[in-house]
Amino acid sequence: MVKIRSSEITPEWVYLSRRKFMRGTAAAAGALLLAACGPRQEAMPRAADAPPTAEVTGPAGLAKPPAAPGEPTVAPTPTAQAVAADAAEPLTSFEDITNYNNFYEFSTDKVAVAKQAQGFKTSPWTVTIGGLVNRPLTLGIEDILKRYPQEERIYRLRCVEGWSMVIPWLGFPLAALLKEVEPLSAARYVRFETLLDREQMPGQRVSFFPWPYVEGLRLDEAMHDLTILSTGLYGKVLLPQNGAPLRLVVPWKYGFKSIKSIVRIDLVEEMPKSFWMIMASDEYGFYANVNPDVPHPRWSQASERRIGELGRRRTLPFNGYADQVAHLYAGMDLRQNY
Amino acid sequence: MQRMDERVGRRLFAFGALPPTSWLRGERWKPAGQIIVHLAALAPLALLIWDGLHGHLTAEPIRAITLRTGKPALVLLVLSLACTPLSAIFGLRQALKWRRPLGLYAFFYAALHFLIFAAVDYGLDLGLLREAIFEKRYALAGLAALLLLVPLAITSTRGWMRRLGKRWKRLHRLAYLAGILAVVHYVWLVKADRREPLMWGAALAVLLVLRLPAVRRAAIGLWQQIARRPAP
Repeated sequence: MVKIRSSEITPEWVYLSRRKFMRGTAAAAGALLLAACGPRQEAMPRAADAPPTAEVTGPAGLAKPPAAPGEPTVAPTPTAQAVAADAAEPLTSFEDITNYNNFYEFSTDKVAVAKQAQGFKTSPWTVTIGGLVNRPLTLGIEDILKRYPQEERIYRLRCVEGWSMVIPWLGFPLAALLKEVEPLSAARYVRFETLLDREQMPGQRVSFFPWPYVEGLRLDEAMHDLTILSTGLYGKVLLPQNGAPLRLVVPWKYGFKSIKSIVRIDLVEEMPKSFWMIMASDEYGFYANVNPDVPHPRWSQASERRIGELGRRRTLPFNGYADQVAHLYAGMDLRQNY
Repeated sequence: MQRMDERVGRRLFAFGALPPTSWLRGERWKPAGQIIVHLAALAPLALLIWDGLHGHLTAEPIRAITLRTGKPALVLLVLSLACTPLSAIFGLRQALKWRRPLGLYAFFYAALHFLIFAAVDYGLDLGLLREAIFEKRYALAGLAALLLLVPLAITSTRGWMRRLGKRWKRLHRLAYLAGILAVVHYVWLVKADRREPLMWGAALAVLLVLRLPAVRRAAIGLWQQIARRPAP
C-alpha cells in the first residue's frame, strides 16, 4: 500500500473556516429526549497552517463543556481529540442533513426520504447483540442511552455518490458495546442488520433489493475509537431519515457502510455480505474505505461536492482520517480490497 | 417552408416512407402542434429556473440542475425520433415539422447539461474533468452523444439540407446513434433502479425498429386496417 501522509494533502478547507465547534460531552439524562446534550462552544481559532489531521497531542484548545453534577462525563481519548481538532470545517446545516438522505427503505429519492420517514416508530425498539459472544444482550433503546454516555463527534461523511457533509453526531464508541458482550476468539467480523418492516418502510416492498439492509466491519474496524453508534445529531435525538434510533457511523468509509435503524448486531467468523455487495459486488466492496485512487464507474472519487458549497473539494484518503486508521490496512492492496 | 416540406415529403414517399393514404393529414393539427412542441420543450427550463429562484433545487443544486437538463435532452431526442414513424405509419405528416425543433431543443438541453457539468460542477478543472470523463464509461457515452448532435444541429438549416442533398438524410441518421448513446449514458448512470432508463431504451428501440423497411410496411398495413375499419 502506498501510504500517503496527510500532510501532503491540500488542506484547502483549513482556510475556509475559523470556527471550531467543540466536542461536547452529552450526558444521556436517562431518556430519549437527550435534553442534557453538551453545548458546542466556540474555541480559539486554530492555526491556519496546521495540516488537516495533525497529531493533537494535548487538550490544547479543548474546552470542557460543563457537566451537570452526578452525570457521567467522558474523558476524550487522544484519537477523539484529533478528530475534534480536525473538524474545523463548517458544519453542514441541520436542514440539509435532515433533508438529503440515502435511505432506500423509505425512498430512492434523497429529497423524499424525510417525508416518507415521518411517523416511523422508534419506540419501543430493541437491539439484539449476539453471535460469537460470551454474553449476548438484548437492549431497549432507552437502556442503550442510559448505559453508554453520549458524546459529540464531528465527522465528515463522504457518500459514494460524490457528495459530503460535516455532521455533529451524538453517540458512543461501538467498542463500548462490543466489550460488554465479550466477543469469542473465533469472532472476526461484526454484522449489522436494519429493521425489516414493509409496513413502515415502503421501500422494502421493492423486491429486487436484497432486504434487509446488512453491513459489516472487521472486528478491529469495529473496535476502533472513531467507529461510533449514533443516537443523535446537532444535540437532538436522531430523526428517522438519519437512521433513528440507532445507527452506525464509520467516518473513513463511504456513507453506505454506516447502516441505519439497527436491530441486530452479530459477531461472526465469516465476512458478511453487505446489501450493496449483493447488489453490485464490482462496484461496492466490503471495505469501502474512502479512496480517491479507486475510481467508481459512475461517480468521481477523486473529488466531492460538499453540501452547501459550490465547486468541488479533493477527496482525501480515508476521508481525511488516514492518520488514525491507515494502519488497520497495512500490507493490504486497497485497490483489490475496495 | 411549405415547399421544402413538400419536397421532403415527396422524397420520403419515394423512399417508401409514407403510406399511400394518410389518415391524419388534417390541417387542424398544424398550429396547435407547433405551439405545443415549443411550450413542452421549454417547460423543463422554465420549471428549473422557477425552482432555482425559489430555492427548490435540493441540498445538492448542481446535481439537480445537471439531472434536470439531461433528462429533457434525452426525452426530446426520443420524441424527435418519434416524428418520422408518426408521419410514415400513422400519416400524421405534420409531425415531420416537429422533428427539427425537437431535435434542436434536445441539443440545446444536452449542451447546457454538459456546460453545467464542466463549468459549474467541475469549474473547468481539467485534471478532474479528465478523470471524470475518461474514467467513467457513462460520461464517455454522454459526451459521444453530445458530439454526434453537434453536426446535426449545425446542418439543421434549410441551406445545409439543400447543400447536402441525399447525404443530409444519411448524416442525420446519426441521431439514432446519439439516442442509443444517450440511453446507455442513463442506464450506466443510475445506481440501482434501472427501470426508468430501460423504459426510455425500450421506447427508443421501438422507434428504431419501426424504421426497418419490413417492420414499417407491416405497421403501415396494420394501421390502415385499423383506421379503415368502420365504426361498429
